[in-house]
Amino acid sequence: MSAFTVEVRVMPRAALLDPQGRAVQHALQALGFGEVASVRAGKHLVLQVQAASREEAAVKARMMCDRLLANPVTEDYECNVSP
Amino acid sequence: MQRVAVVVFPGSNCDADTLDAARAAGSDAYYVWHRDADLKRADAVILPGGFSYGDYLRSGAIARFSPVLRAVAAHARAGGSVLGICNGFQILCEAGLLPGALMRNARLKFLSRPVRVRVEATDTPFTTGYEREEELTLPIAHGDGRYVADPQTLAELKANAQVVLRYVTENPNGSIHDIAGVCNAGRNVVGIMPHPERRNAQVLGGQDGARVFSSLEGRNATQHAGDLRAVDDRHLRV
Repeated sequence: MSAFTVEVRVMPRAALLDPQGRAVQHALQALGFGEVASVRAGKHLVLQVQAASREEAAVKARMMCDRLLANPVTEDYECNVSP
Repeated sequence: MQRVAVVVFPGSNCDADTLDAARAAGSDAYYVWHRDADLKRADAVILPGGFSYGDYLRSGAIARFSPVLRAVAAHARAGGSVLGICNGFQILCEAGLLPGALMRNARLKFLSRPVRVRVEATDTPFTTGYEREEELTLPIAHGDGRYVADPQTLAELKANAQVVLRYVTENPNGSIHDIAGVCNAGRNVVGIMPHPERRNAQVLGGQDGARVFSSLEGRNATQHAGDLRAVDDRHLRV
């Protein structure tokens, strides 16, 4: 077993309204950053995982995302595993 | 008299009002702590409003892994009545006992005020006391009340008439199709965003919410009437 760092990025699904991202975009525009065409706000989780291999860590991370870390109805996720 | 279990999570804050409302409707209501996997022979289970686990990660996401939820899921699978109010609705969606999900209000603000809703389904255990298309004033109090579902789920909701409550006159949170409450395909599991327990007596400004709770008792009375007819042979021969 060795330790892996799993970084999980959870984002609201593109088709759905993201009011948080929109509010941040409006605030940036109010600050004069008119070049910001859109903002989407998600979550970034960093997990320390014990696993036999990088592949096993990735499989486990995806199970965690499917069961808890992301809502399959509203969110998409990506997992990155590093030693 | 129905036995009504009101589940208490860390962070529930509508549990006492919900218990009172169920008792006022004549039910034998009692609390069940979220770590307790025994519903104590409940006829109906209510998941009350609040902020279970501080709404961490997503509203309802952590509460769904409480031991009591396994018992609630088994109760629901067996056809038992389950009602989720506000945070309880969010938990039932996260647990997969109801379709869809509840996201941040479209205009981000936490909303706490009365709204108008229309009763769209009167054939659930919690709405038999209402008339179809009856309009009610009920309070909402939520930050994550925007109901969303994929197009296939929405088509199923429509085909099976699973929308229980719909916002009328205004949509406060951006819910798709103005949805304020839904039930499962079996119609025994219901989730609603408004708080009927906060509107069950004139002293609270109205009693439009009272029949959510008295519907349980009314259904019981109907069953008894059915039993009586069944043993009365004159009626049986009709």
